[in-house]
Amino acid sequence: MTLSLLIVQLLNGLQFGVLLFLVAAGLTLVFGVMDFINLAHGVQYMLGAYLAVTFVSLTGSFLLGLVLALAAALLLGLALEFLVFRHLYERDHLDQVLATFGLILLLNQAVKMIWGAAPLSVPVPEFLSGNVRLMDGILYPVYRFALIAAGLGVGALLWFVVEKTRTGMLLRAGASNAPMVSALGVDIRKLFMIVFAFGTMLAGFAGAMAAPILSVEPGMGDTVLILAFVVIVVGGIGSIRGAFVGALIVGLVDTLGRSFMNDLLRLFMAPASARATGAALSSMLIYLVMAAVLFVRPEGLLPAKGRS
Amino acid sequence: MASHPANSTATAARPQAPTVRRLAPLIIFALLALLPLGSLLGLPGHWLTLVTRAMIFAIAALSLDLVLGIGGLVSFGHAAFIGIGAYGTGILISEGQAEILVALPVVLLACAIFAAVTGYVSLRTRGVAFIMITLAFGQMAFYFAQALSAYGGDDGLTLYEKSTLFGREIFANRTGFYYAALGTLAVCYWLARRLVASRFGRVLRAARENAVRVTVTGYDVNRVRLGAYVVSGMMAGLSGFLLANQTDFVSPAYMSWSRSGELIFMVVLGGVGSLYGAILGALAFLITEDVLSSLTQNWKVIFGPLIVLFVLFTHGGIAGLVAKLRGRRDG
Repeated sequence: MTLSLLIVQLLNGLQFGVLLFLVAAGLTLVFGVMDFINLAHGVQYMLGAYLAVTFVSLTGSFLLGLVLALAAALLLGLALEFLVFRHLYERDHLDQVLATFGLILLLNQAVKMIWGAAPLSVPVPEFLSGNVRLMDGILYPVYRFALIAAGLGVGALLWFVVEKTRTGMLLRAGASNAPMVSALGVDIRKLFMIVFAFGTMLAGFAGAMAAPILSVEPGMGDTVLILAFVVIVVGGIGSIRGAFVGALIVGLVDTLGRSFMNDLLRLFMAPASARATGAALSSMLIYLVMAAVLFVRPEGLLPAKGRS
Repeated sequence: MASHPANSTATAARPQAPTVRRLAPLIIFALLALLPLGSLLGLPGHWLTLVTRAMIFAIAALSLDLVLGIGGLVSFGHAAFIGIGAYGTGILISEGQAEILVALPVVLLACAIFAAVTGYVSLRTRGVAFIMITLAFGQMAFYFAQALSAYGGDDGLTLYEKSTLFGREIFANRTGFYYAALGTLAVCYWLARRLVASRFGRVLRAARENAVRVTVTGYDVNRVRLGAYVVSGMMAGLSGFLLANQTDFVSPAYMSWSRSGELIFMVVLGGVGSLYGAILGALAFLITEDVLSSLTQNWKVIFGPLIVLFVLFTHGGIAGLVAKLRGRRDG
């Protein structure tokens, strides 16, 4: 009984971690290569989800809607890059934080105006509905498995692109020394565009994939953005491997903490105070983990090579 | 700490016309002190409340400028201190303890402890990681307040009385409260100025320019930074104390991350590192917000792009503009 709950929660944690990885990977990639801190990354996740809502209901097909939503998210991201971000690459981090913060205010409110403040949802696609029977009495939704698989698949693809292709080689070179890459005759602007498009697609994809299981509402990107920051700090800034490990840690710790903290505290506390303490403690747990990691390793668990 | 004089880079940190630096705050405070007279001349009473609120946020912005402008540390979690100050005050009042002489030490101590612990961990990193970590710690405080179901949780905590001094209801009068906020702001400004001018402040500024050199000179940079962070946190806690008393309400929203972002914008709007700029920035921010939100419910659609445009096209904020008008270039 408790074991079955544990298995289900482990899977939930894994699924949450994978989702966080998709967001954090884009964020850390953009930061690693371009030295650009993009707070609007969370908003791009939110846009992915909203666009999925619109296009899935328009086309009536989940896959087609997903593809269209991704394309639209990419276009919007590139428009933002052209209008705002491009002018910020040379600025200091304070300017970047502030300008992208302004964009968050704008886009959160714009989304509220266009789609309304009420939470929306996307129906789980027909071919991914239903449950898988893991063992006696444990059912787990197929869609969540699909999400885990898709996330891991994208992760593997990302690894392949970064480690095995020429573009990936340039990315890695750019991450350790962008001016040198530029001096060697590589069009750094184009490289930045590619990186940025990549990051946007990843965030949009995460948002669209999350749409059927989470409520789609304004501000949904903010929560994810801050968790992605925790992931990146824990894993090591600029490191995709670090983002992967960090995302799994944060996803698992958060999910397991929320479901088991109560029972754990009840072993040595009165039920009422255990519930109150448990709620407070479990919502703070990942930040405590982050503090602990930083205390031991200030540069994160798997810091990117070649950064000082 | 070493006793020899600070490195010469410290004094050259941010040149600005000395007359501007001396006169501008005097003018600001004189105008603020005269504002309540305006309500006698027909200024809507709403303005008194608005400017009181603006001054309360000016205290928080000033405290942020101390670490962000002077220390060069972009803290993205400063709203947490406002929240701790407000919650400390609110919890004490709802437990029947409204005495200021109890509330203030408790609030300041709580902020100092939170600042010392989170600052110690955060200062192990630099640059972007510092931004992210302070943001995460701020968010931690936010979620903690949300989970605080005994004191309103997500809905917040309504206060049925204000803080008292020796049992007297000194905050009951609106004009009286206005001057209490103004007085607190003035004291905080004076303290911050003194701190920046002291050896401690010079080391802090020097560390912003070149931490390695300051370390080599024999100072423990992180200890100085942590000291500044703690002082700054306590100051922001003070603004939380006042905020709880003004609104008679405490809620997790006080420490939301967008509030921290707004504080940064106030500092940058006024001009980073000038201290009085933070006050101007807070006033300008809250008045703009008030005007825009009276125009349309969707004021953020206008305000967001304004921030973006401001960042893209200006440097040095309002204080920089003042300096420029005086024919001197900032920095």
